[in-house]
Amino acid sequence: MPQPVPPISVRKGGRILTFWNIVAVLLVLGVLVFLAEASRGVGQTLAELRMTPVSLDPANLPEYAARTSLRMLAAMLLSLLFTFTYATWAAKSRRAEVLLIPLLDILQSVPILGFLSITVVFFMSLAPGKVLGAEFAAIFAIFTSQAWNMAFSFYQSLRTVPDELVEASRCFGLSGWMRFWRLEVPFAMPPLIWNMMMSMSGGWFFVVASEAISVGDTTVTLPGIGSYIALAIQQRDLAAIGWAIGAMLLVILIYDQLLFRPLVAWADRFRFEQEAGVAPPHSWALTMLRRSWLGALLEGLFGFASRWSSSRVVPRHNNPGRARAGQDRVTRWLDHAWYAAAIALTALAFWKTAAFVSAGVSVSDVKEAIQLGLATMVRVFVLIAIASAIWVPVGVWIGLRPGMASIAQPIAQFLAAFPANLLFPIVVSGIVALRLNPNIWLSPLMILGTQWYILFNVVAGASTVPSELRDVGTNLGVRGWTWWRKIALPAIFPFYVTGAITASGGSWNASIVAEVASWGDTHLEAKGLGAYIAQATEAGDYHRIVLGIAVMSAFVIIINRAFWRPLYSYAERKFRLS
Amino acid sequence: METGPLLDVRSIRKIFPKPGGGELLVLDDINLRVEEGEILGLLGRTGSGKSTLLRLIAGLSQPAAGSISYLGQTVTGPAPGIAMVFQSFALFPWLNVLENVELGLEALGLPPHEIRRRSLAAIDLIGLDGFESAYPRELSGGMRQRVGFARALVVHPNILLMDEPFSALDVLTAETLRTDFLDLWSEGQLPIKGVVLVTHNIEEAVLMCDRILIFSTSPGRIMSEIKVSLLQPRHRLDPRFRELVEQIYVAMTTQPSGQARLSRSEHFPGRGIGSVLPQVSTNRLSGLVETVAGAPYSGKADLPVIASTLQKEVDDLFPIAETLQMLRFADIGGGDIRLTEAGTAFADAEMDERKRLFRRHLLGYVPLAQHIRRVLDERASHTAPKSRFLDELEDYMTPEAAEQTLRAVIEWGRYAEAFAYDDEMATFNLENPA
Repeated sequence: MPQPVPPISVRKGGRILTFWNIVAVLLVLGVLVFLAEASRGVGQTLAELRMTPVSLDPANLPEYAARTSLRMLAAMLLSLLFTFTYATWAAKSRRAEVLLIPLLDILQSVPILGFLSITVVFFMSLAPGKVLGAEFAAIFAIFTSQAWNMAFSFYQSLRTVPDELVEASRCFGLSGWMRFWRLEVPFAMPPLIWNMMMSMSGGWFFVVASEAISVGDTTVTLPGIGSYIALAIQQRDLAAIGWAIGAMLLVILIYDQLLFRPLVAWADRFRFEQEAGVAPPHSWALTMLRRSWLGALLEGLFGFASRWSSSRVVPRHNNPGRARAGQDRVTRWLDHAWYAAAIALTALAFWKTAAFVSAGVSVSDVKEAIQLGLATMVRVFVLIAIASAIWVPVGVWIGLRPGMASIAQPIAQFLAAFPANLLFPIVVSGIVALRLNPNIWLSPLMILGTQWYILFNVVAGASTVPSELRDVGTNLGVRGWTWWRKIALPAIFPFYVTGAITASGGSWNASIVAEVASWGDTHLEAKGLGAYIAQATEAGDYHRIVLGIAVMSAFVIIINRAFWRPLYSYAERKFRLS
Repeated sequence: METGPLLDVRSIRKIFPKPGGGELLVLDDINLRVEEGEILGLLGRTGSGKSTLLRLIAGLSQPAAGSISYLGQTVTGPAPGIAMVFQSFALFPWLNVLENVELGLEALGLPPHEIRRRSLAAIDLIGLDGFESAYPRELSGGMRQRVGFARALVVHPNILLMDEPFSALDVLTAETLRTDFLDLWSEGQLPIKGVVLVTHNIEEAVLMCDRILIFSTSPGRIMSEIKVSLLQPRHRLDPRFRELVEQIYVAMTTQPSGQARLSRSEHFPGRGIGSVLPQVSTNRLSGLVETVAGAPYSGKADLPVIASTLQKEVDDLFPIAETLQMLRFADIGGGDIRLTEAGTAFADAEMDERKRLFRRHLLGYVPLAQHIRRVLDERASHTAPKSRFLDELEDYMTPEAAEQTLRAVIEWGRYAEAFAYDDEMATFNLENPA
């Protein structure tokens, strides 16, 4: 006789309106108003946009900040969509994989800011005379700064789903659809969210750079914090720059508290390592969601969607798994056809690019671009070395003090997220006032935003050094330089390399905005590949833009393959404490 | 009603392709049947392909030849009436106990209230009441495996496959789970008709199974079949129980008669360069020699006795014993281990003398060690890259086995000071730091 079932996961009783319910309602309403406000004006025409130019009145900043962060959000959604499709395809299809993964690897190394000048023309032509086209271009620029590493992380997670869980889900007859949502996506969630945070950090930099776009004669100024800054630079208004920095700090703080903190805390349950005892991440916003009816509503909605969608897909039992000989032959043929098509396509693309570049570029141009690339390379390496000399000791010192580390770590992550280009004007105005050599003094701008990656990775590394190892050092009386050489540096080395790789990649990208700077009508320029690309963009010289991007990509790829990757695998092999 | 066996496995062969080309025979000519109401044990050592066989039955992979039929139907993919319990539990860490148990029913597309009712019933049956909302990471190993059982039972399978379900648990927990399972089984409370249990624990097999099939290693073949007709509950100290354990030890240390000559050289590792060496540390080798040499064994011991005193299972003990046999420090047969003269000398010797003895036997009886030493002696530089030997080994075995074999010979070579190895450069050499 079937007993009535006690509903276990449904919370019973309690008041209808709790404190958390009220907060939740207010927040939801706030988000709705924000979306409505921020998306107003997307349908405008460019002419209308010019009628209401960006103004430096701080009262406009909330709206600008809202527009900027909406662009970020749109790009993030686009990146997620890309991640779920592209990476899944690459992980599930052997044929797609051979093409898609190297492509992703290359795309990761292409300087995004160089992209912008090319894509903006394309998107403007999609919606001529409308703001929408320019918005698309800006969003696409942010998307290109976010999507690749997210897709890569998702792909890697899909490839490393534990065998026994795959077997269990097959054994219990889960359909492919169900397996994707119940096993693969949850498994991939924690690294994906971590990568989303990293992407977001990088994204702020590019959103600021992509709002005031001018390619040749086309100039578009989308309302936002980036345009506000550009105008402030033009008018040499330091106070306005201060306002913009304040607004940006606030926006990042809100994103952190309302989006990423809750996400990280929520994703904690998807961690695969089943150890207990580590304090789970905490977020007040998530607590609020969970304690209000909103959380129950969302949970119910997702539960229903998952049940409904999996009931649509009929589980297939006894599907024939044995490949026949004939089928094998067909598969092999398809393989060959696919590879041939891929090779043909690649050859075509190469030929087209070469033809395009060679039409407007001579050998001496290529030589010049390479020389400038070398100049930028020297800059990046010197800066990484200087930043390391400063932040490694500091990071170790902080990391060995747990109380200190727990305060410093979020600050360092926050600083990494802060778009350093907002600070450029302050530095540039200083250089102008003191008449310093731009070739030297513009360089630090490249690493201004990326040095924090070194700091927080070193802090993380130092705080994971087992206390027993440190005790042994103390016990044996290891001090001074020997202590650094034998204990501290080896222990943090793998973490340091991770940070330095991120910092180096980011600096190359930043060089496009850092090697050229202006303050009012004073223009400063450092000799380098970044400046070369920036100038070509301003002049609308597409041949040089493509050449500059190609050379920079080549530099980044070669440095990654020849230097960072071997260093990383060496560090992993030799120094990882596991 | 159904007639005939629950499960019928006929002339199964399983071959794994090797990455460098070629094939590896894992299972050869396997025939077995599972009748209703029976617990069938598959007993063998690592590499005997018993887990592979279980996955074939579960429909998770396909045999190269032969057929598997379940209730008269050929198994070509995961079948609804066959459920599995995994060694590593294989729980979804992001689902709580109840959700983990419900998952299999959701896949069947049952209505929500039916899912909930059956899941709670299964949780109740397996003794997980009160843990419904706990996440796997909050549970002890024993509780996790109970979830594994509940998840398998909730789909009401006809056949339950168990892949070393207790081997990741500590001794006490494993015993409790076994007893609970057997109680439920003999009271007829489980919704299953037959069980296939894979294990390398001899006592566990005798404790639980009605019939035990003993597998040989590489390739896996069924060496012998032993019927266990003792009534449940069985007791380890029961003389008839001990007798069965002894009988299985003898069966596992003696090769089948028909293929004795051929498989002797196959079975005892170290006879050719191409045989897989077990990764057994020299400390364990010395430890076993000392134990057998000491009181009360004085040079000859019964393997089951040694196993239970040292709390070792077949998978731990056999590789050590066999390595000693390969090095001619001991002889194995009829369930006994007997030290040779050299073995006794080794037990009595001091550190340096032991190393000298070990070196002589290593270079004398392990062809791979011999081969490495000869290559190093012949080369002017007295160095050779690891990849050179790996490539050679991979002609005979999988890359993982080659890696393991080389790791084993490196440790023995280092202990014997027969050659040295630089891990960073991945090269063998003849230097020894002074």
